[in-house]
Amino acid sequence: MLAQTITQQSLRRMAIQRPLAMPMAKFASPAAIATNSQLMQTRPVATRNIKPEEGYKILVEQRKNRPVAPHLTIYKPQMTSIGSGLTRITGAVLSGGFYIFGAAYLAAPLVGWHLESASLAAAFGSLPVIAKVLIKSVAAFPFTYHCINGVRHLIWDMGKSFTNRQIQIGGWAAFGLSGISAVYLALAW
Amino acid sequence: MAALRSSTRLLASRSLFRTTVPVRSFASVNPIESVKEATSASRPPVNESKTSTVQEPSASPDARIKTFHVYRWNPDEPTSKPRMESYTLDLNKTGPMMLDALIRIKNEVDPTLTFRRSCREGICGSCAMNIDGVNTLACLCRIPTDTKQESRIYPLPHTYVVKDLVPDLTLFYKQYKSIKPYLQRSTPAPDGREYRMSREDRKKLDGLYECILCACCSTSCPSYWWNSEEYLGPAILLQSYRWIADARDEQTEQRKDALNNSMSLYRCHTILNCTRTCPKGLNPGLAIAEIKKSLSFS
Repeated sequence: MLAQTITQQSLRRMAIQRPLAMPMAKFASPAAIATNSQLMQTRPVATRNIKPEEGYKILVEQRKNRPVAPHLTIYKPQMTSIGSGLTRITGAVLSGGFYIFGAAYLAAPLVGWHLESASLAAAFGSLPVIAKVLIKSVAAFPFTYHCINGVRHLIWDMGKSFTNRQIQIGGWAAFGLSGISAVYLALAW
Repeated sequence: MAALRSSTRLLASRSLFRTTVPVRSFASVNPIESVKEATSASRPPVNESKTSTVQEPSASPDARIKTFHVYRWNPDEPTSKPRMESYTLDLNKTGPMMLDALIRIKNEVDPTLTFRRSCREGICGSCAMNIDGVNTLACLCRIPTDTKQESRIYPLPHTYVVKDLVPDLTLFYKQYKSIKPYLQRSTPAPDGREYRMSREDRKKLDGLYECILCACCSTSCPSYWWNSEEYLGPAILLQSYRWIADARDEQTEQRKDALNNSMSLYRCHTILNCTRTCPKGLNPGLAIAEIKKSLSFS
């Protein structure tokens, strides 16, 4: 027993101090497997060690190739996003229309256009009734929708009406109300 | 025990019927028997005409075949374009969730399909992806049982694609790091042991701390699509509010100051795709509104 322990200890010490002196002790079992060609594993993918900086370079190269995942074209059109987009579009139409008409009115005497109220009213009066109602409704809708959704935004800014249900009901109500009020504006005046 | 064993051996050796050849018990081979076997005549098999035939399994007549279109892109072929690959599965043999379908495709149809998944129960947030046009966790999304309707699966919108359905969330995590998502305190606890908060203060964190950072809400936000470099996005702002609302935190004003610019917070136009899509039922839209409120009243 004592002799065994001594041998073990001396072998261990030898392995630590001079690992090359006892290759067979170190590689005995892996060597036995490796020399048998039928048992040997083949690895088609090789790994190699690279420095962190080198790895970062590869990552940068990969990032240059990465495609951007599809977004607007595949995301489901929802009341939330369509409603928000429409608020912005109607706002742009309102302010854009205002600026364009204002600039045209200013330029009218120079260019020779007739944009006075009287001539516009006369031109509009000569249109058929259906065209009158359609043009007035289409012109009124941006105004009514932008106003009503603006009120929703004021409510949101107070931190209220944020549940999914309230968002849905509010969104459809804004669509409906603005449509009805646009037709009302078209018929009333 | 050892004594018992030796005494049984003693008895066995005195048995009268014992053969001269040493007989070993159980699994070992009896040499006499093996000689008999080796010299015996061969036993011909029963002819195939007298046995039944096993057919290759045919498609079941009541199979519910559904088509899945999956976004594919392989970084090993960087010049090739992303493409939509179609797979058909029998829903009778598939689990109820989209993740079950993806795992089944990967296991049985196409092992090259790549996606992230881990917990399969909406806790880890790994399997966030765009399914049928809406961002959600694949593990929490039921497969629509209508087989005529074809499902389309994309990675999270407007993210850089690492491979197939795996998005690069580096920027998202960097933005999360930028809001310092940890308790900042310089004064010690009054009782010297732990930072306590009232029940009311603790209630303020409900609906905020449950966020798993799956990035579904941020990548559903059109504003985040166009301004992700500077705008923090719903998920990060919800987390930011989680620390602003925390009564124990002492850097509330600094946190608010960091958001008080035209890009970080105010790119939110209350589109509310975030609240609509959150797979955990949280409300990032409300959290952002609360930050805006606290900024305007402070």
